[in-house]
Amino acid sequence: MSDENDHKLEAKSDYVADAPSVSTPDIDAVPEAELPDQELYHSHSWWTTYVFSQDAKYIGIQYALTAIGTGLLGLVLSWLMRIQLAFPGLGWLEPSSYYQFVTMHGMIMVVYLLTALFLGGFGNLLIPLMCGARDMAFPYVNMLSYWAFVVAVLVLLASFFVPGGPTGAGWTLYPPQAITAGTPGYNGGIILMLISLILFVAGFTMGGLNYIITVLQLRARGMTLMRMPLTIWGIFTATVLAMFAFPALLVGCLMMTLDSLLGTSFFMPAMVSLGETLTHEGGSPILFQHLFWFFGHPEVYIVALPAFGIVSDLLSVHSRKTIFGYRMMVWAIVGIGALSFFVWAHHMYVSGMNPWFGFFFATTTLIIAVPTAIKVYNWILTLWRGNIQLSLPMLFSLGFIVTFLNGGLTGLFLGNVTVDVPLSDTYFVVAHFHMVMGIAPILVIFGAIYHWYPLITGRMMDETLGKIHFWITFLGSYAIYFPMHYQGFVGVPRRYFEIYDSPYIDTSTLLLNKFITIAVLIVGAAQLLFLYNLFASARLGKKSEKNPWKANSLEWQTPQMPPEHGNWGKELPKVYRWPYDFSVPGAKEDYIPQNQPPSEIIGAKVEKT
Amino acid sequence: MSDSSLDNLPKGWKSVPNDLGSDQTAFKGVQWGKAMMWIFLLSDTFIFSCFLISYMKGRGSTVVDWPNTSHVFSLDFMGVPVPLLLIAIMTFVLITSSGTMALAVKYGYEKNRKMCGHLILATAIGGLIFVGMQAFEWSKLIHEGVRPWSNPFGAGQFGSYFFMITGFHGTHVSIGVIFLFIFARKVYRGDFDTGRRGFFTTMKSDYVSIEILGLYWHFVDLVWVFIFAFFYLW
Ligand code: HEM
Ligand SMILES: [Cu+2]
Repeated sequence: MSDENDHKLEAKSDYVADAPSVSTPDIDAVPEAELPDQELYHSHSWWTTYVFSQDAKYIGIQYALTAIGTGLLGLVLSWLMRIQLAFPGLGWLEPSSYYQFVTMHGMIMVVYLLTALFLGGFGNLLIPLMCGARDMAFPYVNMLSYWAFVVAVLVLLASFFVPGGPTGAGWTLYPPQAITAGTPGYNGGIILMLISLILFVAGFTMGGLNYIITVLQLRARGMTLMRMPLTIWGIFTATVLAMFAFPALLVGCLMMTLDSLLGTSFFMPAMVSLGETLTHEGGSPILFQHLFWFFGHPEVYIVALPAFGIVSDLLSVHSRKTIFGYRMMVWAIVGIGALSFFVWAHHMYVSGMNPWFGFFFATTTLIIAVPTAIKVYNWILTLWRGNIQLSLPMLFSLGFIVTFLNGGLTGLFLGNVTVDVPLSDTYFVVAHFHMVMGIAPILVIFGAIYHWYPLITGRMMDETLGKIHFWITFLGSYAIYFPMHYQGFVGVPRRYFEIYDSPYIDTSTLLLNKFITIAVLIVGAAQLLFLYNLFASARLGKKSEKNPWKANSLEWQTPQMPPEHGNWGKELPKVYRWPYDFSVPGAKEDYIPQNQPPSEIIGAKVEKT
Repeated sequence: MSDSSLDNLPKGWKSVPNDLGSDQTAFKGVQWGKAMMWIFLLSDTFIFSCFLISYMKGRGSTVVDWPNTSHVFSLDFMGVPVPLLLIAIMTFVLITSSGTMALAVKYGYEKNRKMCGHLILATAIGGLIFVGMQAFEWSKLIHEGVRPWSNPFGAGQFGSYFFMITGFHGTHVSIGVIFLFIFARKVYRGDFDTGRRGFFTTMKSDYVSIEILGLYWHFVDLVWVFIFAFFYLW
């Protein structure tokens, strides 16, 4: 490929007034293409265009809509549970339904909403665009990944309709009770749940291979790893974590399926149930806990890391400032990812393990707080003296920082064995993980949707509705989860279906429960506003100009917006810098897109990246 | 590139992230499919590790003694029980098939269609023999009363882990055999020379796919070595 034509410098160098009149074409040189241009799959029918689409952008939207739809079910379940908690004795829910709803709510939110939305949704949408590729490496398998996810969701939903209903074992699915009489759905719902998870893992693996390889092997010319937006770093690292954490879940699920269907005893000790001795004998329930949490802890970072990455980019774009400490941010993401495989047993402090074991895991858990804290400092320093625009993505990003900080601090409490033992299985834990893994990433998701909506639809979402949505969601979440910290301190246990007046429960708890439930319903209503905004703006929203946020990263630099099949038209972009050159002294504009050649910005004092 | 710019590159350990993070591709000259297979195999390694670690934990915490494996796995040969006989043959066949696979890759890159096809076919047959012998061993054990939930020789977990892990591995081998047959056909038909498009993927065929399949096959063999050691020698 020849680059000669791209270097018509004379015409462009009047960008900066005092530009030197001669410059060698060399300054625009990027390394030769290492690969031939990617061949694209072209669909020929309606089915292969819109249903079995192989275009990563479509797959991303499909993933996102399916995940959001499933998440809505999770949301409704939470309302039902909260009404029960606020008005015990009303007989609103059967105990068994309550457990089933807790379980399905938890699993849906963690796996089928957050994981699928961040990696399947934003991953598919953004990885090829931000890396400057035409599509994922293996589009066919990428398409299969989405459909495996759909089947997994259908199997999960089917469990509502089998005799006995869905499983009520809690999202952690601990055996032996998950598959023993007395637990709702112990012989029907649980099987479907396990199968659904196995399908999810299989489907995710197909997608995850694509995300990893596209980032590693298919970047545009000039796009070194250290020039990638942090969004991609977050999604990429989270995908790597998922590839190594999901195997443990898969194995655990498979073994429990066999325990339940074939009567093996992997996890089942000898037990007496309903007065009868079960045939199981000699299995290890703790083994499941290890497998589950070897998956479960990395899983929380599978959700957190993409949120970290996305929020970094949102903060930088909407405060018109270079991200503070880019390299540190990258290493923190990678470091957190690596460390997250060595802390899993902090979820098992009360499982009766050896105190030395707990000591080891408390240490590793607290070490992980170091890179996490670095990230929080860097976000704040990014804002420092920035030109902060209080746009919707910025509001949600700010909301994320405080919420995440709050949840991270309670994590430090829980990471210490002696503090955790009394707090374990109380509402304090519920408050911790909802702050850090529920609200914080969800705020980022909202911010990201407001931010990238024009890229997908070509229109803006409504600002006023968005602001109402933000303030209700943000303040409402605090109204919901702040009191739960207190409830945990006074010892209210989690996963109880009815908390009523008793000598063991503080009366303030009962009042707070009513208060929380009201807040839940108001926040829930605000989400309907968001949904309306999401769907109505696609037709009614204000037409967006190209690159409405004046961002630097490649996804906004496509020849058409929304980008077309193949993303880049005839020629792939060439990258000359990182995506964080905002407000550069000497530059004409306050942003310099990644693909703007140096010859066009002569005089600007850009950092060398 | 002039020497001075080479001098500017980081040295020692620092050069590792620098090289990996360089322009466009992290693994230079590696076709994306090959890299993808490596990542998949890493992930699969975690699956088998979880299986084998669970097996160690399970075996360590049963209430009844573990069966005497050299007795359970012995095969009567002319009236004498020979421990490990069947399994030795199985392992030999599988390892040999790795050799034929490696040769197939070599002939593939040399565009020697005939030899490549024959060797892939030989590999597939090796795999089939392995699966067949495994089926024989399973049925022999089932005849002797070994079940996934119990067995007459000791702890019930023996059958549970044995059938689950060898079954999972056997599934890997079977999938490999199916792909080997498909690839043998593609080689004989000349798909890799003409760059014929895949039926499902619509991507152009390329001899590198044989190497990718080879990676998978060698991995399945390697895993077998571990399963062999953990179940039959312990
Ligand atoms: C400074 C960092 C963090 C520390 C030290 C920490 C520590 C802990 C500990 C010790 C527990 C167990 C509490 C118990 O069950 O008694 C826990 C629970 C939990 N954490 Fe964190 N955590 C941190 C960050 C996070 C992040 C970033 C997320 C998610 C994005 C997260 C999600 C969760 C979840 C979901 C649970 C509860 C699981 C359950 O029992 O159902 N944590 N955390
Ligand atoms: Cu954890």
